[in-house]
Amino acid sequence: MTQVTLNVNGSAQALELEPDMPLLYALRNHLGLNGAKYGCGLGQCGACTVIVDDKPVFSCVTPCAGLEGKQVRTVESLGSAEQPGPLQQAFIDKQAAQCGYCIAGMLMRAQALLEHNPHPDEQTIREHMSVNLCRCGTHLRIIEAIGLVAAQNRSAA
Amino acid sequence: MNARFLASRRLWIGIAALACIGATGAAMLMWRPAIAPIERPQTFDSLHVQRGARVVEAGDCAVCHTRPGGQYLAGGLPLVTPFGTLYSTNITPDPQTGIGAWSLPAFERAMREGIARDGHFLYPAFPYVHYRRMSEGDIADAYAYLMSGPAVNSPALANHMNFPMNIRPLVSFWNLLFLHGEPLKAATEQSASWNRGRYLVDGPGHCAGCHSPLNLIGAEKSGEYLAGGSVDGWEAPSLLGMARRATPWRQDQLVRYLRAEVVEGHGTAAGPMRPVSLSIARLPVSDAQAIADYLLSLPGESSVSEVHPDRVSAGTSDLHSGALLFASACAGCHASAAPMRMIDGRPALAHTSALQSSSARNFMKTVLEGIPANPGEPGPVMPPFAASLNNDQLIALAAYLRQQAQPDKPWTDLTSTLEAIRQEAK
Repeated sequence: MTQVTLNVNGSAQALELEPDMPLLYALRNHLGLNGAKYGCGLGQCGACTVIVDDKPVFSCVTPCAGLEGKQVRTVESLGSAEQPGPLQQAFIDKQAAQCGYCIAGMLMRAQALLEHNPHPDEQTIREHMSVNLCRCGTHLRIIEAIGLVAAQNRSAA
Repeated sequence: MNARFLASRRLWIGIAALACIGATGAAMLMWRPAIAPIERPQTFDSLHVQRGARVVEAGDCAVCHTRPGGQYLAGGLPLVTPFGTLYSTNITPDPQTGIGAWSLPAFERAMREGIARDGHFLYPAFPYVHYRRMSEGDIADAYAYLMSGPAVNSPALANHMNFPMNIRPLVSFWNLLFLHGEPLKAATEQSASWNRGRYLVDGPGHCAGCHSPLNLIGAEKSGEYLAGGSVDGWEAPSLLGMARRATPWRQDQLVRYLRAEVVEGHGTAAGPMRPVSLSIARLPVSDAQAIADYLLSLPGESSVSEVHPDRVSAGTSDLHSGALLFASACAGCHASAAPMRMIDGRPALAHTSALQSSSARNFMKTVLEGIPANPGEPGPVMPPFAASLNNDQLIALAAYLRQQAQPDKPWTDLTSTLEAIRQEAK
């Protein structure tokens, strides 16, 4: 076991972990943050996507060791069921979830894009989101939901 | 006095004459006429167009002349060179922004001499040094194919070349030094396949553009043909002596590697070689076989022998943390029992050319950038780890995996290589 301090959603968490534990397991099993999902375990589907500093990463293949001093953000940081954040609200408005398993990862990858580029065009959204997979096939609604926030950002700007 | 006056007058006349000769010479060297524009020819023999498609694929034209997300052959891809950044141009038959007004002689002059239709000098990033070795028939077929495609209006982007290379006529001096090749003639003592392979490698394929070291002004070093170079921060390995290495390439392995497949014992093409191999995969298999026949006939390296650094073993703490990191980040796909390893003969990492190379560069580039998916194309996909692993972790992982691949030859330049790569990525 090894001692690792993770900064998750703005609070520091001192954890005793197996030295080879990927971030996803620490989030779910040690911190009770069950938004990020285990999909393939291979960094190929994106269900586990979280943001580290300002980049989307696959938490299933990101070792906890080495994350000290970095800011980890999960879907729980975007809002709650009672008070969804703007991106979450857009996903609700566009009915972007079917089974919902991929959605936490989709939200975090989209969030990273919008923070970097507040009004991406559809082509940019498509390219950025292409690594996250939805088995139900709601990709078109997901792209619409992200486009909705991009348009809001544009009218706000 | 008179005699002195005469002598001085002769001197001045001499200087003036020399200046005239110099100015004429410079003009002859640095000025090329425009070739009259034409109406875009409408019809070509379909056989020529089909053959031209194969030539354009073999020439990897689309690899540079199509930008990601852009329209086919409409240009706009940035090419970062030590002399500044260039943008590839539109080679669709649009008369204003493409090559729609180019006659065949204008196209052939560009391919063989690097001169645009209007007479301006093209930069040697466009591999006319190699294309000039192509046959007349292939160039005419490529022209037929390009002129038959859809015209896209896409103006050239402004290059950002550093002084003095932003002055195009200076390219004429480069040409004077390095533009010597002639169209290839068949070597009668070799097989037809070998000749075809040499033609593809030296002509349209322009392999040496990346796989030969370049001199200070960006020309291939003459004595080190295919001895290994670099491109876009990746090591383009030596193509010499491939049949006689510690882990030799068999002909069938090289053919499959060239066609973007995963090859047991060697791995798969990544980085800038990925689009090239996808391009070769669209050619008849006989072309990949020909390239392999030719490359495997090349003798081993002499001047560029493998680097044997002093034996410095990686620290045991690095190896231990490297093993833990492998378990954490890589084993899901790369462990010996991983299901991903059951697919099309994927080799142990230790056998890949990235881990066998004397430089850690390609290993690190692959881990940092991954192998992105090419929509619509088959092939392995690897996620990027640039945001998932810090520098210390990447170094520990590299030391651990190198120890398994080449226990006697640890990489000694890990920190500097990684710093250089991170710097280039900025």
